[in-house]
Parts: sequence; C-alpha cells; structure tokens
Amino acid sequence: MQLTRAGFLVLLWLFVLAALRVVRSDLYAASGLRASGLPGFRRSEKSARGSKAPRQLVVTHGALTGTRISLDGRPILIGRADDSTLVLDDDFASTRHARLSMRGTDWYVEDLGSTNGTYLDRAKVTAPLRVPLGTPIRIGKTVIELRS
Amino acid sequence: MKGSPVPTGEGSPGASVATSTSPGLRPPTRRGTELVMLAFAAGIVTLALILVELNQERSLSLRILWLGLAYLGLFACAHLAVRRWAPYADPAILPCVALLNGLGLVVIHRIDLALEGAPSADGTTVWDPVAFKQVIWTAIGLVLFAATLKFLSDHRTLARFGYTFGLIGLVALMLPGVLPGFIAPEINGAKIWLRIGPLSIQPGEFAKVLLMVFFAAFLVSKRDLFTIAGRRFLGMDLPRARDLGPLFAAWGVAVAVMVLQKDLGSSLLFFGIVLVLLYVATERAAWVVLGIGLFSGGAIIAWKLFTHVQQRVANWQDPIGRYDVFGGGYQISQSLFGLATGGIGGAGLGAGRPEMIPERNTDFIAAVIGEELGFVGLAAVLLIYMVLALRGLRGAISVRDSFGKLLGGGLAFALCFQVFIIVGGVTNLIPMTGITAPFLSYGGSSLLANYILIALLLRISAAARAPQKAPKPKPQQPAIADQHTVMVERPK
Repeated sequence: MQLTRAGFLVLLWLFVLAALRVVRSDLYAASGLRASGLPGFRRSEKSARGSKAPRQLVVTHGALTGTRISLDGRPILIGRADDSTLVLDDDFASTRHARLSMRGTDWYVEDLGSTNGTYLDRAKVTAPLRVPLGTPIRIGKTVIELRS
Repeated sequence: MKGSPVPTGEGSPGASVATSTSPGLRPPTRRGTELVMLAFAAGIVTLALILVELNQERSLSLRILWLGLAYLGLFACAHLAVRRWAPYADPAILPCVALLNGLGLVVIHRIDLALEGAPSADGTTVWDPVAFKQVIWTAIGLVLFAATLKFLSDHRTLARFGYTFGLIGLVALMLPGVLPGFIAPEINGAKIWLRIGPLSIQPGEFAKVLLMVFFAAFLVSKRDLFTIAGRRFLGMDLPRARDLGPLFAAWGVAVAVMVLQKDLGSSLLFFGIVLVLLYVATERAAWVVLGIGLFSGGAIIAWKLFTHVQQRVANWQDPIGRYDVFGGGYQISQSLFGLATGGIGGAGLGAGRPEMIPERNTDFIAAVIGEELGFVGLAAVLLIYMVLALRGLRGAISVRDSFGKLLGGGLAFALCFQVFIIVGGVTNLIPMTGITAPFLSYGGSSLLANYILIALLLRISAAARAPQKAPKPKPQQPAIADQHTVMVERPK
C-alpha cells in the first residue's frame, strides 16, 4: 500500500517533468535561441557559424516588443493589414507599410508608400536598402532589427 | 532530466531547430508529443481510479472500466479535433487539462464512494453520485471545445464583436440577479444560478470569458489614445474620460453586480483580470498601484457594509476559534484538519476521510487532494496549473497581433488567479471566497467556460506557432491600356 502511494506521487511528478521537458524543447525551437550546453544543438550551431546570415527578425521597441519571426527566405510584409507577417497595431503605421525581402544572402528593406515613412537607422528609406545585422528599422513606434 | 523515460515524440530539440532554419521545411506540429502526453495522463488517471477502488476495498467493478474508457475516448476525440482544426497548437496545454480534469473526476468519484450510505446534512440517506454527471459535463465541455476550435479559425475575428460580447456578458451576469426566484434560486446565499429544467447553470462563468474578450478588444483599439491624449495629474498621465469611460463603466457594473450577488470570489477574480489587462496594454505600473488602492478602498467599504464579508474576514483571522459559531470557521477548520492529516506524503488515494470536509466536491476539492496526496501531490497539481498558465503566456508573447497578446495574457492570468483565490482560501492564506478550482471541481458551468477558455488559448498558440502563410498573390489585373473598352448603355 505504501509502495503504491509513493509510486503514484512519483508518477504525478514525472508527468510534471515531462510537461516541463516539452516546454523546454519548445522554448528553444520557437525562439531560435542557441543553447550551447545541449548536445542536440551543436551540429546546427557549427553549420550556422560560417555564414553570418540573419536568421530572425526581432521587435525591440513598441507594442510587440519581444516578438521574433524566424526568417526562411520568404519576404516579410509589415503593416496594419491582417495578412501582414508582422501585424502592427499602431496609428503611425500604414496598412502596407514596408517589406523585407531577401536577395542573394542579404535582406533588403523597402517602403511600400507609407504615410510616415520607414527609417533604417536614421536614414529614410526611399529605395530598397540593404539591412545589416543589428541595424534598427523604425516603422511608426515600432523598431525591429535582424539578428543571426 | 537526461534519461527521463518520456519519449519526446517527433519534436526533439535538435530536429526542431534544424527544420526551422532550413527554408522550405514545415516546422513540427508536435501533435505526436501531445498524444504521448495524453496517453501518459490517461495512464495516471486510470491508476488513480484503481488505487481508489483498492483502498476502498471494493472489487474492481465494471464502473471503473466505464469511467476510464469514457475518459480515454473523450480526450482522444479532443486530440483529433486539435489535430484537425488547430494543427500547430501548443502540445503541453491539452495533456495538462486532461490530467487535471481526470484527477478531478477520480476525486469526485472517490467522494461519492465516501458518501455512500452516510447520512446527508438533513438526516436523509439519499445517495447522489455526481461523478457520472461530471463525465457528461466533461463531454459537453469537450464538444464546446471542439466547436470553438472549428468555428473560430482566427482569434482576431473575436475583436470585431468586442462590444457585442461585452453587452451579452453584462446581461448574462445580471440575469440571475433580476430574474424571479423559481428560475434563479438562491443557493448557499448567492444568487448566481439559473435553473432550466434539471440543469442549473452559472451564467457568470461564461460572462467572464465574454467580458475578457470585450476588454481586450476595447483596450487594443483605444490603447494609443490612453497614452497620448490626456492630461497629467499627480505625475501620472490620465486618459480622457471618454476614452476610458466604457471600460470603467463595464468594470464597475460587473464588479458591483457580483458583490451584490454575494459572489465575492468572482468579483475579486474579475477585478484582478481587468487590472492585469490594463497593465499589459499600457505598460504603466501606475495602473496597478491605482488598482490596488481602489481594491483596498472597496474591500474596506464592503467590510463595513456587509456582514457576510465581516464573517469571512473573522473566519480567516481565527478559523479554529470560531469553529462553533454559526457561519463561522467550521469549513476552513475542517479543510485545515484535512490538509494536516495529509501531511507531506498524503494518506493515499482513497484512504483519507473526505466526507469530513464540507463542500468537498466544489470549493474545497483542493483540501481533499491535499489530504489524500499530501503536500507533494498538491504541489504537483499546482505545478500543472503553472505549466498551463506558462504555455498560455508563451503563446501570448509569440503571437503576432496585439489583440491576441492581450487576450491570451488575460486568459492565462485568469486561470492562474482563479487557482490562487481558491487554493489561497482553502489553505487560509486569504479569506475564503467560494469559487471553483478550474477543471478539478464539480460544476458544469465552470467546466464548460474553462474549456472554451482553453480552446481560445490553443487557438492563439496555434496562430503563434504556425508557419507564416505566403502573402496572398494579388489578382493580376491587366494594365488599363490593355483592357477592353465596354460600351455601357445609359439606363432609361
């Protein structure tokens, strides 16, 4: 009887640990963070180190701060439209505000005729501009940047 | 964690990173992980049921098989619904809910066994097993859950009906208060039930979810006005009255209605939810300070005005000293005695004496779990709630639109705060206010409303985790010069 009592509690805790394990694996997968301590990550880390290609877009200021979008080569639409990749809820952003697209290995930002303009680190974007890693792009009250 | 016996299904960490970096491959949906976890939960629940029957020295009857199979079947259907309609939903949410609901069912069944043959409060020996009813409620809840997933393919559509939901929510909240006694009877001093035929439902439970949608939609549409327009007062930017008016009106009415219906737990829950939504939307700590100030003021006024509030506070301060007083500390004392009997390791499932605890099926179910599973078991149950809230917040953080963020954050917080209010009450950390423990307690309305809440959380997490769809191709319009000229007749 004592054995089943303890056994059941152990099982209950194993469930909690299993749930946390799912949470942990998901955490790394969703955020794209590299965890150097985990054996499963070493291989992918090594292959990514050679090229300094941007791998995700991070919102650093504004209402959506902390949102990350992993880049997979497809263009990223930013604006208030519902079908944008990054949907801004900002009175200073236009419906279709800006687009980030990949050419070769570089990402370019272009303004889609927005009212208040798109700024790449102080400079107003009038023609497609190459976006270096970690350079802030300001759209309305939102600031995004590319990270590797 | 290394060497933990649980298979991680198709989504081991290495694999998921590899797929998210290589373009063209779809990220894992992790439905396999969910299925494995669900099976694990089903195993635990069945084992719990068997332990109860053994400890009660009953032969393993057919009913056990019935309950166990019903449970398995129900959640298999829920899993299929998620697979079909929200394939990218979070894999940890549904198994946690399944385990909590299953444990709740086992404990309710166990209380049924304890009450078998025991005389009830009014001396009659009518045995009314409720576990079966709870299975039915779970089934209805899961149907609602699947329906919500099916018909709500994008949570952003909810934002469009914000005001409608708010109005329906307020009406539903007030309905039991204004309707006559034969439809809306007063049970245990609270007039919050509607009785339709054999069913009695608490519209307030659904109103909470509806009003949360309203507040989230409202705050998202007005957020910029709050922070820009307005005047400074005492070092704080106060928004204009017309921007914030509807919010405070709905908030005040809702809390006032619940206080007048003597539903103190719900009013506290609701107050906390709106405060957190306001804080999340504006990112101003001043709102929290203001809210806590308002709450303290309101609580002191309520304490002065209502005798039942004074009673609760007195019971909280000295439950055992007021053991014999009418409406005194009897309930909380018994709950504390139960928890003390359980100690660290618990008496074992089915070996405690839950019939000693009042309201064991609903408000005090945490005390029954504490007695039979002990501190270790109750802590595990609380951690499962934590994982649930954690996953909800995680979905809210990573979803890409602000309505989803606000709603997801609000729903996850509501779940956690509800657990805090009831478990805090049962363990005498805060004054006891009657409220259900989500998924554990017996009670149809609470279960249904919480399943809708979970469906919304899953929908938001699915939106957050799904790969982005390629933007819709624009319909190719021929250049204006190439278009045919069409002669149009002038209407006569």
